Amino acid sequence: MNSVEDPNCVAPNSSQTQDKGLALLKYVIIGIVFGIVFVKAEIISWFRIQEMFRLQSFHMYGVIGSAIVTGIVSIQLIKRLSIKSIHGEVINIPTKVFKKGQLIGGFIFGLGWAITGACPGPLFAQIGSGYTAVLVTLVSALVGTWVFGRFEKYFPN
Amino acid sequence: MNQFVEWISQPWPWYVAGPMIGLTVPALLILGNKTFGISSSLRHICAACIPAGIPFFTYDWKKEIWNLLFVLGTAIGGFIAMNFLANPEAIVVSRATQADLIALGITDFTDLMPSEIFNWNAVFTGKGVLFFVVGGFLVGFGTRYAGGCTSGHAIMGISSLQWPSLVATIFFMLGGFFMTHLLLAPLMKLVAF
Repeated sequence: MNSVEDPNCVAPNSSQTQDKGLALLKYVIIGIVFGIVFVKAEIISWFRIQEMFRLQSFHMYGVIGSAIVTGIVSIQLIKRLSIKSIHGEVINIPTKVFKKGQLIGGFIFGLGWAITGACPGPLFAQIGSGYTAVLVTLVSALVGTWVFGRFEKYFPN
Repeated sequence: MNQFVEWISQPWPWYVAGPMIGLTVPALLILGNKTFGISSSLRHICAACIPAGIPFFTYDWKKEIWNLLFVLGTAIGGFIAMNFLANPEAIVVSRATQADLIALGITDFTDLMPSEIFNWNAVFTGKGVLFFVVGGFLVGFGTRYAGGCTSGHAIMGISSLQWPSLVATIFFMLGGFFMTHLLLAPLMKLVAF
């Protein structure tokens, strides 16, 4: 079986070395920091997402905007200084190919985001924070993902 | 020490949270040559649990286990923040948003989430169908159709200066504005909020 080769996949795995055992723990730790930030900056709050879509608070725009700026600077530094991964690999950032799905699917995701008050990351943080009813949202999101995969060829893309 | 705990218990401002989230991008690239993206975890769970011979779910998901460990960490982080670093004060929701939401029938603004919606009793009502089932489905379906979510497109994609991700992000926002301003009120009425 192949790895995910879909060029439009969001998180393709460019690594040549396969992390095993304890080496995988680093992803849990990065995830933990990420989850803490989500709760502490109230990004998991349904109210903060409502404020954002009602243009009544700068908070979420500040979070996303400064995250992007930090990301741009980091990636430019990696590219210009040819920084390698800790395994000595050249860092590879796959190209995203434009597809109609980014318009249609993007719009559909936006509709859901404004209802649930959560994109996929905060969903996991909400469940961990004790809003266990959000497990239902997660299961439903899995069903949505599965339905897209099952009937993929019928959707214009 | 007490001062530290007090300081860390305050809600964190955007200029602390945003850069920390942005640093996830180089952290994953440097530590494992991995591209930041969260909605793909949903795809990997489908591939692991119910691939059903569907080509879209037939790949070696075990190679992507890092992504599942990352979201597991996100849930653990949520648990730690809520149980050990929680802000004792009520959340401060903008007055304008409060006024808009009161008009929709939401009255409790003390918690991070409106208590009228996010509890198990609401799950089995019309409210639950809208906020959990329909909302969740749209998030899962839409992110996969778009090939990514806020992390994969808005943060990772725009950070690497890829215009398709900027387009996707604009459409995320358009969908959100459309729902918030045009559909949410009638839908909430429909489920007898």
